[in-house]
Amino acid sequence: MTALLLWLTAIPVVSAMPAIQHWVTDNGARVYFVPAPELPMVDINVTFAAGGVRDDGHAGLAHMTSTLLDMGAAGLSADEIARRIESLGAELSTGSARDMAWIKLRSLSDGAHLPPALKLLADVINRPDFNKQDFERERKRTQVAIQRSEQSPSTVAEYTFFQSTYGDHPYGPRPSGTVDSIGALKLKQLKAFYKQYYVARNAVFSIVGDLDRAAAERLAEQVIGQLPAGKRAPAVVPVPALTKAGEQRIYHPSTQTHVRMGAPGMHRGDPDYFPLYVGNHVLGGGGLVSRLFEEVREKRGLSYSVNSYFSPMEQDGPYLLSLQTRNDQVDEALAVMRKTLQDYVDKGPTKKELTASKKNITGGFPLRIASNSSILDYLNVIGFYDLPLNYLETFNDKVMAVTREQIVNAFQRRVAPDIMETIIVGGES
Amino acid sequence: MRSLLATGLFLASQLVLAAGAVHEYQLDNGLKVIVREDHRAPVVVSQVWYRVGASYEHDGITGVSHVLEHMMFKGTDDHPAGEFSRIISENGGSENAFTSTDYTAYFQRLEKSRLPISFELESDRMRKLHLQEEEFIKEINVVMEERRLRTEDKPTALTYEQFAATAFISSSVRIPTIGWMNDLENMQLSDLQHWYERWYAPNNAILVVVGDVDPEAVLKLAKKYFGPLKPEVIVPPKPRIEPAQKGKRELTVKAPAEVPYTIMGYKAPVLATAEMDWEPYALEVLANVLDGGDSARLTRDLVRGSQIATSAGAGYDLYDRQAGLFLLDGTPAGSSTVADVQEALFEQIQQLQDEPVTDEELTRIKSSVVASAVYELDSIFYQAMKIGQLEAVGLDWRLADEYVDRINAVTAEQVQAVAKKYLVEEALTVAVLDPLPMETGRAPRPASNGGSHGH
Repeated sequence: MTALLLWLTAIPVVSAMPAIQHWVTDNGARVYFVPAPELPMVDINVTFAAGGVRDDGHAGLAHMTSTLLDMGAAGLSADEIARRIESLGAELSTGSARDMAWIKLRSLSDGAHLPPALKLLADVINRPDFNKQDFERERKRTQVAIQRSEQSPSTVAEYTFFQSTYGDHPYGPRPSGTVDSIGALKLKQLKAFYKQYYVARNAVFSIVGDLDRAAAERLAEQVIGQLPAGKRAPAVVPVPALTKAGEQRIYHPSTQTHVRMGAPGMHRGDPDYFPLYVGNHVLGGGGLVSRLFEEVREKRGLSYSVNSYFSPMEQDGPYLLSLQTRNDQVDEALAVMRKTLQDYVDKGPTKKELTASKKNITGGFPLRIASNSSILDYLNVIGFYDLPLNYLETFNDKVMAVTREQIVNAFQRRVAPDIMETIIVGGES
Repeated sequence: MRSLLATGLFLASQLVLAAGAVHEYQLDNGLKVIVREDHRAPVVVSQVWYRVGASYEHDGITGVSHVLEHMMFKGTDDHPAGEFSRIISENGGSENAFTSTDYTAYFQRLEKSRLPISFELESDRMRKLHLQEEEFIKEINVVMEERRLRTEDKPTALTYEQFAATAFISSSVRIPTIGWMNDLENMQLSDLQHWYERWYAPNNAILVVVGDVDPEAVLKLAKKYFGPLKPEVIVPPKPRIEPAQKGKRELTVKAPAEVPYTIMGYKAPVLATAEMDWEPYALEVLANVLDGGDSARLTRDLVRGSQIATSAGAGYDLYDRQAGLFLLDGTPAGSSTVADVQEALFEQIQQLQDEPVTDEELTRIKSSVVASAVYELDSIFYQAMKIGQLEAVGLDWRLADEYVDRINAVTAEQVQAVAKKYLVEEALTVAVLDPLPMETGRAPRPASNGGSHGH
């Protein structure tokens, strides 16, 4: 043991820090770039403020728009786009969530591969065709995917939690839509959505890879230089706090019952971000080491996975506690979870727990930026949520500066165990 | 074709430059140590692989390898339960473990100066695990919860489990890694004790380290911590070779579900069992012709073309320890049925047997394989995984580096030949998930503790 304790000194991180380069294209897109010359490849993420939060009562609109981008563009069919991309060994994908929608490209960086891959990326972003037959096919596929997701008690608990917690706020509906809402969509709505939100001022363009600044500038120009400037999407409206507790039990023919409990938590750039983040690490964010893991799994064997996390979004994303257990044990497991949370909000972490969590977070920092793909994800978050360019450089110092008192104070102001939504999905005991 | 060849050569040389050197050692007690350098970031991943998994098990104790994996976090003579994870966590590490058909592996990701901590703790639990009844009673419940989560409540996983147990009647490939529920319910601490003593020893393990390290320093460290451990007499599992299948097998799984599903599999050799060593690579190419991306045949023809399926796939793993299956699966679209999807999949197979795949398809697959070999270098964890996986099933880690060349050497005739030889009805098993009504929401369970629903 003494030999091990000797290792508990601070880990140097400054040398590992990538320098983030940032500029804005003539038409207003924000570009973030980190050169990574070690491997002959380039990763690109183009993200638009075009997520489900913009659906405006037509759940699934953002999702379907994103899905259709690479299903026909610049006169090339879906088959032809896929054939060309894969013949280059490149990987192109689209995706969307509540706040955002993105297009990602991974390609080899040499002159034979990257330019034609970029041409296809530019086609998909600038010139999607929105063909009728592709729309009808993808609509049906999405409906089957939604139906299939109903088989999962975990998925049902998750979307019911959002519906109950956010109600009429745009964070409430499922971003994938429902079978009915997808069925009601019209192609012209997708086209209008695309025209409004897939514009340069609404875009964040992140690049990590084997190229220099001049090449990165040309690359960004080639891919979105021709996109109309347009307007940045308006800010998402603030989330109202819950005013009273709610509980729903939903029958599902499963052997386990899934629990989601929580409330609106915090947003990106939140003044309480670090106390809440570090504080939650002690309670349920530390992987195999946390209070919830200890109380629910290690001491009682009640659940395979149990955790809590803040999911910061443009506005307050959820603070969510989750577990799943055999149907007849759910009341016991839920009681343990509630008591653990209440104790933590009342008293906060011990000095020892706080020190241990800080060591895990700061000591693990080099791991978070150890690959091109993880750096790309950070660039996108920093750009999309207007975080400072030195966010990564100052991260460890901010974690270290958090005090026990700040955590207790932030949790008591921001986390109310008696005003939470609890969703319980499972079978009979 | 010429431009492809030129590109291939260009990339192969780049690949050699980009991939770090590999150093292989063996300690006197039999522990194999493999180190791959990757100096891009000041981090390291350390993995200890044991040659034991579900395919080493037999009826009555299924799942024992995986339960033991859980118990490996429950304390040694020197470190009480949970301390392993606490120490790794305080050192900024992330860690976990996984069990598969052919292996059990434990890993930590750490800042590079922390590697000795991983070695001290892993060497300790390699020989000095202290299995305790009170910890076991709790943990076996956690594993049963994991089984409910991963299998019981997932209709497609449940279908796959019964499908594999039908496709194989003797080979241990049929054993689900998580174990049958009744075997978990009847598992004893002594089962784990025997299993631990039988398989957990340096001469049945491989230590893989990838990251910003000096290989000689890693060897020195490995000698210090793992060197003193005593080897064990390891008796390899019996071969349990599957008797030849004599005709098509079919099964139906009725379970609450919203969407029907079908999975089918043909008996197929793997690298370790193939009579001709090009065959598994030809089967890999075959799987990619059908399901190597959005331009592959199943998505192009079944999902986008005829629109019979909303999704369809093919899969094959050439690196398993024992002969396995060439898999196909699909979910019907809208008005089509499982039978329509099956018929469309059979048509695809017929076509592969009748006509050689096109040059363009081969070119696409080969380009993807070359590019993927570069992309994989972005993850030190994945680099370590590939080395460990091969060594754990008794194959040479160098096979991973040969993969690109072996795929490049596959011809259209070879793909057609394996399609004719292996995708035959006598060797086929077909499963169907037949959905029972879900009845969700129709009869909401009354709130038992008076909770109200408010917003």
